[in-house]
Amino acid sequence: MATVAITAEREHYLNEEYGIRSWLLTTDHKRIALLYLTSITFFFFIGGFFALLIRLELLTPAGDLVLADTYNKLFSMHGQVMIFFFLIPSIPAVLGNFLVPLMIGAKDLAFPRINLLSWYLYIIAGLIYIHCIVTGGVDTGWTFYTPFSTAFSNTRVIEAGIAIFIVGFSSILTGLNFVVTIHRMRAPGMTWSRLPLFIWAHYATSIIQLLGTPVLAITLLLVIFERAFNLGIFDPTRGGDPLLFQHLFWFYSHPAVYIMILPAMGVESELIACFARKRPFGYNFIAMSSIAIAVFGFLVWAHHMFTAGISLYSALIFSILSYLVAVPSAIKVFNWTATMYKGSISFTTPMLYAFGFIGLFTMGGLTGLFLACLGIDVHVHDTYFVIAHFHYIMVGGAVMGYLGGLHFWWPKISGRMYPESWGRLAALLVFAGFNLTFFPQFILGYMGMPRRYWQYPPEFQVLNVLSTAGSTILAVGYVLPMVYFLWSMRYGKIASDNPWGAAGLEWQTPSPPPTFNFDQTPEVTWEAYNYEEIPAPAEVPVER
Amino acid sequence: MSEHVMSSKMYYTIWIALLCLTVITAAVSFVDLGRFNTVVALVIATFKALLVVLFFMHVKYTSERLTKIVIVAAIFWLFLLLALSMADYGTRHLI
Amino acid sequence: MNDSPVAVEQHGPEHLHHFVDAEQQRDAASLGMWLFLATEIMFFGGMFLAYLVYRSWYYNEFAAGSRSLDIYLGTINTAVLICSSLTVALGVRAAQMGNRKLLVILLLLTIAFGFAFLAIKGVEWYQKYEEHHIPGRTFNADDLVRDYPQIHIDQRPEQIYFSLYFAMTGLHALHMIIGVGIFVFLTYHAWKGRYGPKYYTPVEIGGLYWHFVDIVWIYLFPLLYLIDRKPLR
Repeated sequence: MATVAITAEREHYLNEEYGIRSWLLTTDHKRIALLYLTSITFFFFIGGFFALLIRLELLTPAGDLVLADTYNKLFSMHGQVMIFFFLIPSIPAVLGNFLVPLMIGAKDLAFPRINLLSWYLYIIAGLIYIHCIVTGGVDTGWTFYTPFSTAFSNTRVIEAGIAIFIVGFSSILTGLNFVVTIHRMRAPGMTWSRLPLFIWAHYATSIIQLLGTPVLAITLLLVIFERAFNLGIFDPTRGGDPLLFQHLFWFYSHPAVYIMILPAMGVESELIACFARKRPFGYNFIAMSSIAIAVFGFLVWAHHMFTAGISLYSALIFSILSYLVAVPSAIKVFNWTATMYKGSISFTTPMLYAFGFIGLFTMGGLTGLFLACLGIDVHVHDTYFVIAHFHYIMVGGAVMGYLGGLHFWWPKISGRMYPESWGRLAALLVFAGFNLTFFPQFILGYMGMPRRYWQYPPEFQVLNVLSTAGSTILAVGYVLPMVYFLWSMRYGKIASDNPWGAAGLEWQTPSPPPTFNFDQTPEVTWEAYNYEEIPAPAEVPVER
Repeated sequence: MSEHVMSSKMYYTIWIALLCLTVITAAVSFVDLGRFNTVVALVIATFKALLVVLFFMHVKYTSERLTKIVIVAAIFWLFLLLALSMADYGTRHLI
Repeated sequence: MNDSPVAVEQHGPEHLHHFVDAEQQRDAASLGMWLFLATEIMFFGGMFLAYLVYRSWYYNEFAAGSRSLDIYLGTINTAVLICSSLTVALGVRAAQMGNRKLLVILLLLTIAFGFAFLAIKGVEWYQKYEEHHIPGRTFNADDLVRDYPQIHIDQRPEQIYFSLYFAMTGLHALHMIIGVGIFVFLTYHAWKGRYGPKYYTPVEIGGLYWHFVDIVWIYLFPLLYLIDRKPLR
């Protein structure tokens, strides 16, 4: 396969300017997307490292690898790094930043300099958090519950709080940029009903980021003030209510999980449409269900507090609402499945991730319904059942969506194809490793193994060993794409403008795109997902 | 976003109204209205806020429906936070 | 399209190239600022929830704490901010009319009002410091207990009132300081003649921010100062 273009190289966003200044001072949304890609991959490894230590400790029932206090820090920082520095930015800051202007036919986002500021804030926050890690870490659980975090923990709570406060603003600015861009900068003819579902998903995500994250910001600030200045807002000895912290914290942190999953659902719609070569079934329903998830997601937060001491009446209300919030997600799963019916399916790497997403997200979502039931939640709250539930959605869902999207749009981003056989292998390893890691945890939780415990009764060991074994397979599955994506940038097959034969404006510009995306502003006169008009590629592009 | 220039008279009128309402709200707080003191104070505050939003911030004169949607949505979201939290606090004593 | 000759000659240096025209750029800036203000509503909203909960639990303590604030300074400060909103609104108008000198004067007046507010706030905070009403180790509300024998005051949740007082007025003051900074920036550029009828967006959206900070205070004033000023029996 040719590794060097024969003709003189066309100018595009990657080769337009070289040098570190051109990257660190860029306002090009595509370059900023790559800056984010590098940064969040770095933090993924840090969070993964903490996970590895957790799983190693849990190989044996005794607490013999690390001290109990260290274990507390491990699970706390694993959660905070993975959620705030990996999952929340992941798809929006990498794929969203890259694709939103392209998909709507714009030259860039509405506020390119604010986009760069958003990344700077991410980096500053990341550096502060790394400093926090190396100077003692945080042991409050990722949730910072009071009064432990405000009055009793001896770890770097304030520093972690400041870091997450800052990264929250990074998230808010990304959301603000997307909403303004989608409202104001669509190309002529790109009406709301012609928008790709990826855009609808990111619009809904951005609404959550805008309305929810500020509440986390003020909550963390109040914890910092209480700890630093001895204010008495959550302090029970002065009449404060620790549950007030939990209400404020979960008001953001529940919608946060929708920030993490909605973009992956947007990716899913694009992948399934392309690899079934069909318009998504029920486009309007999928689009509206994204908005519904964004709104309903704000109404359910106290289901994290069922056993904390809220009133039974409010628990009933939040339980009912938590059942209702599953409906729009179920609508999506139904529509994706119906899209595949009588479609022309090709089992490319992105499609393998898409299949994995549907199954694993559905399992995660259904187990969420178990948790919404008050009677069951009393027994499985704070057990491994909950951990399995959210990892099925966050890892089985969001991370697979992220990987599927990375593979799908890699040719557009880099101008190269990744090696397809390795891609499929990695996808299968991820799927197998994931299930082996987390399915045993459902059983462990149901059997009563509490979460955040550093030692456990011996009868739980077999399942823990299976889980740790699975995590090593999962790790290999994650490392492989990093290796072959890098490999592909030099040796990968050169990609055409539209190697997948996909619908969408991003595929109508060269791979990689020029700096200003389109040589001429597109004028959209066709409906979205016009797969009946687009010829399928002659062969699914494979390397070797 | 409105392009037409507002008359300065309108701004001065609103300014006087806001100052008067401020004095009124402070004065009324000395009068015993029982539970209604809080209601009156908040109603006056809301009215003042409306004057600022509609006139000083030009929302009355803008043709942009989206601006009004953003404002209403934000206030509604705050209301969600307060109302659903009070669903807990307001019913704790019942069980 | 951006490559049409008409677009090329019309725009000045402030026109950003990823926008189709000046109107799109202006509409984007306006929507951006309104969305940011929406986030600020939720930011302050968290403290309003805390206030709501604790006032319902500790009404007597909140009432006593509220009485200990200087209502005259609070009312004056409210008036100061209202005046500053006037100068801001008149400033936007001056920019629209191309009156550079008037714009600069009004912006400077706004900054002056902002400083006045912060100064009075500083005086009030110092009063609280002297009265030992700062939460924490030095807190002492014996004076409140003594002044209001008619109602039972527990000194521990009294600290919650003052914690919220300092948190809410403190964050509001921080927003004022940022606002003053923004207006210093605007004044400089206004003096340089950057703003006129064709382009005054920064003045307009800076003004939106300032008005918002004023609105927050419009609510903080009755909630913190006017809880219970009824004559004591």
